Amino acid sequence: MTAATISAPTGTTAEIARAYREAKAKRARRAAILRHIFLIATSFIMVYPLIWMFASSLKPDNQIFGNLGLWPSEFQWQNYWRGWNALPVSFTTFFWNSTVVTVLSVIGNVISCSFAAYAFARLEFTGKNIWFALMMMTLMIPYHVVLIPQYILFLNLGWVNTYLPLIVPKFLAGEAFFVFLMIQFFRQLPRELDEAAMIDGCSPFKIYWAIIMPLSMPAMATAAIFSFIWTWEDFLGPLVYLNDMKDYTVPLALRSFISSDGASQYGPMFAMSILSILPIILFFVIFQRLIIRGIAMSGLK
Amino acid sequence: MLKFFRRNLAGYAFLSPWLIGFFLLAIGPILASLYLSFTKYNVVRPPQWIGIDNYVYMVEYDQRFWKALQVTFNFVVVSVPLKLIFALGVAMALDKGIRAIGWYRALFYLPSILGGSIAVAILWRQLFNYDGVINSVLGLFGIAGPYWLADPNYSLWTLIVLAMWQFGSPMLIFLAGLRAIPQELYEAAEIDAASPVKKFFAITVPLLAPVIFFNLVLQMIEAFKSFSGAFIISGGSGAPLDSLLFFTVYLYNEAFSFLRMGYASALAWVLLLIIALFTAIAFWTSKYWVHYENERG
Repeated sequence: MTAATISAPTGTTAEIARAYREAKAKRARRAAILRHIFLIATSFIMVYPLIWMFASSLKPDNQIFGNLGLWPSEFQWQNYWRGWNALPVSFTTFFWNSTVVTVLSVIGNVISCSFAAYAFARLEFTGKNIWFALMMMTLMIPYHVVLIPQYILFLNLGWVNTYLPLIVPKFLAGEAFFVFLMIQFFRQLPRELDEAAMIDGCSPFKIYWAIIMPLSMPAMATAAIFSFIWTWEDFLGPLVYLNDMKDYTVPLALRSFISSDGASQYGPMFAMSILSILPIILFFVIFQRLIIRGIAMSGLK
Repeated sequence: MLKFFRRNLAGYAFLSPWLIGFFLLAIGPILASLYLSFTKYNVVRPPQWIGIDNYVYMVEYDQRFWKALQVTFNFVVVSVPLKLIFALGVAMALDKGIRAIGWYRALFYLPSILGGSIAVAILWRQLFNYDGVINSVLGLFGIAGPYWLADPNYSLWTLIVLAMWQFGSPMLIFLAGLRAIPQELYEAAEIDAASPVKKFFAITVPLLAPVIFFNLVLQMIEAFKSFSGAFIISGGSGAPLDSLLFFTVYLYNEAFSFLRMGYASALAWVLLLIIALFTAIAFWTSKYWVHYENERG
């Protein structure tokens, strides 16, 4: 007996097998089509509100409500110009304020969190495990518990109505999520690199700067992107600490839009809303691979 | 002594920004807020110790506290399961090596990344206006939609839908979890002619349980803490009739509109304890339904 005789099928079983395969393939095709229909419908529902907002930003006010259609009868590009100048302070100031706060926050987060992560992932020191456990615990603490004492602290330091309460904490590695993300990444790098560098007489700082940092660009970039998005969107922090309209960040300015007389100007309001999320969408389009991997890797937000 | 110092120097040097932040901005404030919760404090005058009066008042007299608790609780209990079911459904549709998966994944995640933005909260207000998009769509099916934002019976649904719209991150985590389930199990089940429903409950759910659990805890904590959407949609006050009085919105108003910092600190502690309690319950019950593969027994 050879293998050939065993597997040599009779005509009928071959036919059955082929019919079975074809039925299965047909079923799989039909399932795939159904899946695509479901997915396309779902994605449409997902993005429709955003597209509607964009379309509305170009419509005359009287066409916005009760109107599912997306195409404006005439394009009101001046909504953007009107929205930009609708508040007593122009959006130039708000965007500049947001940019300053966000850029400094990103720098602070990346530097301070990578420092902490390097200590936890690569250095040995007394009490490391306790500190690590405490760091992980801060992931769970709701911001609202620390908000009031932090406010009182910054009030006593005379920092309220400045950007310091929004920026300085970012230099103190407060975002445990980023520390955790970087620790996960640093741990994957081979230890031999550090050991070889140490034998060559490198200081821990040199190792961090010349070896760990350059090899960890994907993790650094992921943290920087999230830091950018969260700071740009942050509402509660600026709401608590900024009172002067000329200091407002973009989210606060948008909020005054709806609570002031601007409420009747829907087109301009949507125009400014679109501009406010434009940086986030751009970042997302450019870096979506890193963002999606960051979520899958660490599982937050 | 010198040796001890030198051995730890580098570690503590790199850790120092975090350590300063931890004491000044985390553990310090946590203890301070615990202390403040036993005081009457309006920032202008020094805190005045009143023992457990804040907590007694909260529980015995403060109707809005109970209302806030109820609103938040309703929101968590409804929005979290709906969001997770939706996320799992979409993740399963994406799992079967479908074409253009990158596109779908990106589109589905986009709302989540915009989630906290005020622009989205503003958009939501307009979508749920009486003559807004949602009611226009319902009108196509001959349904007369309610005054979503003015009617306390319906207002919470606007935020539940908003939460569901942001199902992107649990979906991505589910997708990663589904990838880890060995395909042979499904093939074996197919040979036994198991129905899709059977396969789902006998293979997918048990093997995905740790991921479901992870998502559940995470989304629950997030839902308890949600603020911006409720704040903007309710006009900052929890209106209409306190039906959107989320716990965080109430806390913010007590602290920063009425400067009742002591009372607000007590509220913050209650929030912390509730989150801790729910997380603990999830962990306790998990041993009955979450089994890890590398676990014995």
